[in-house]
Amino acid sequence: MEIMLAVLAGALVAAGAYLMMNGKTLPYLFGLTMISNSANIIIFASGRLTFGKPPLVPEGEKYIQGAANALPQALILTAIVIGFGLLVFALCLAYRSYYVLGTIEMDQMHSSEPGTEANPQ
Amino acid sequence: MILFWPVVIPFFTAILCLLAWKSTEMQKGISLAGALALFGSALTIFAEVATNGPFAAQAGSWPAPFGITMVADMLSAIMMLLVGFVAVCVVMFSFSDISNEEIHFGHHTLTHALFAGISGAFLTGDIFNMYVWFEVMLIASFGLLVVGGGREQFDGAVKYVGLNLIATVAFIAGVGLLYGATGALNMADLHAKLAGRSSEAAILASAAFLLFAFGSKAALFPVFFWLPASYHTPSFSTSALFSALLTKVGVYALIRVFTLVYDIDGTLMQPILIWGAVLTMLFGALGSLSQNSVRRVLGYSIITSIGFMIFGLGLGTPLAITAGAFYLFQDVLVKANLFLMAGATARLTGSELFARSGGMWRAHPALSLLFLIPALSLAGVPPFSGFWGKFLLVTAALEVNGYFLTFAILATGFLTLFAMGRVWAAVYWTPHPSGPRAITGSLGPSTLVPILALTIMIVAIGIDANTYVELATTVGAQITDPTGYITAVLGGAE
Repeated sequence: MEIMLAVLAGALVAAGAYLMMNGKTLPYLFGLTMISNSANIIIFASGRLTFGKPPLVPEGEKYIQGAANALPQALILTAIVIGFGLLVFALCLAYRSYYVLGTIEMDQMHSSEPGTEANPQ
Repeated sequence: MILFWPVVIPFFTAILCLLAWKSTEMQKGISLAGALALFGSALTIFAEVATNGPFAAQAGSWPAPFGITMVADMLSAIMMLLVGFVAVCVVMFSFSDISNEEIHFGHHTLTHALFAGISGAFLTGDIFNMYVWFEVMLIASFGLLVVGGGREQFDGAVKYVGLNLIATVAFIAGVGLLYGATGALNMADLHAKLAGRSSEAAILASAAFLLFAFGSKAALFPVFFWLPASYHTPSFSTSALFSALLTKVGVYALIRVFTLVYDIDGTLMQPILIWGAVLTMLFGALGSLSQNSVRRVLGYSIITSIGFMIFGLGLGTPLAITAGAFYLFQDVLVKANLFLMAGATARLTGSELFARSGGMWRAHPALSLLFLIPALSLAGVPPFSGFWGKFLLVTAALEVNGYFLTFAILATGFLTLFAMGRVWAAVYWTPHPSGPRAITGSLGPSTLVPILALTIMIVAIGIDANTYVELATTVGAQITDPTGYITAVLGGAE
């Protein structure tokens, strides 16, 4: 199971990196979402994977033997929520910058660099 | 309890600013009061650390390795003090720098959210909690970067947001791997659990992720590109905050994680940090020479200074860490001062481009001298604060017979002096392109008081260097021997 998750994380990073190198703002963000999901999967796997062991402590005992660590799952929840917030901001930014700058090609965004009208050499 | 104040106060101020949405005057008052309160709480924490050493507080009274710990040692306390001081200065400066429209778009709210994130990152003792504070800081900085909504700002923001989000993902992946390998997130706990395991694959992978993440935040070579692309685009107050505090959080995180959590002594991480730092210095200095606008030159000079600080960390001897910490502390003041000064000058000359400004010396000689002090301090000219930082770094490099490293530090200092000389020549010395009468305005107290306060601190640190070097030595001693920090977190907490 861990191997499957590892392969999945790797595939997500590969697909994400491919999209991010496309050079357009929107595919960049989709790629970034994939990479951040692969980071979530890494954290998930770091808590170990167990079958049929709900994280419920049996009556009269202090620990559950052989159950997955629940903390990484809580960490992922935090990371997902934060990731959503950042993604929403980034999407709004991509949308606004398309209107303001007139392009989604990152190679054509030069307004803040020297050699343009606002920034002569 | 006082360890939570620096987080609670800015959030509270941000909320009050939202409630006073309609009145820009009220927002200004609340914002300044909030910054003063933040400075006050930082002073309290500093006084406590200076008398009793490091101390910690546990959120919700959960005992140490399980709950979230807030902890202050000398490094955190001094960084908080600087956050408070710079906060007061920049908020005051923003009264004349930020338009009412920008205030309506939430400049002050976002500024205080940024302070909350920065303070949290400096005070937390838990690595996942540090990630959360980084996010608070990041989202506030995204907002601040685009408030105003100019073409340049969106262009800069796309690059800033894009590259910082990758660093964020690397940070969380590194934390995940670290937790998987150790089962700990508390940094003091990690210190004990990682002892002697620094060559395991999982540990090395997580260290590499965190190095990339913090290196990007701090603008280390080769992941510094977002900084010169974006730091010159927002308002001067915002770029002063970013340059004085935001990149320093990355440096702080590198210092904290690569001394307390990972033991880098003798591992591959050490040469990577040292040579990364040397290249950062040189590229920053060379980059600043090729720019033709004040804030773009200063943007590259931030990168140069980051190189000096990380160099101290990479060398790793007690003296080198002391030197890096001292450089870090004084650079916060120097950078804030330089960016505020750039803002004041651009308001008078009408532009920050070399080609369209000039004549400051003729019109405002006293103000021009105020630029010279932080500029010379940045280049490392005595008797200002930057000289002592470089002096300590050179001593530390010579101590380990690093002759090439010494040469790199001195050459960078020379190139920085040259870059500052170009700014001086273009903006202050040469006449204004529109003739000698182009500069007519004058500056109000809300512009001059923060600049003067920062300049006085820079001169004071330069002249009374002994006091401040002793503070930095305490920092260096606490970092190289974190026993006090660990006892404060794991044993005998409140």
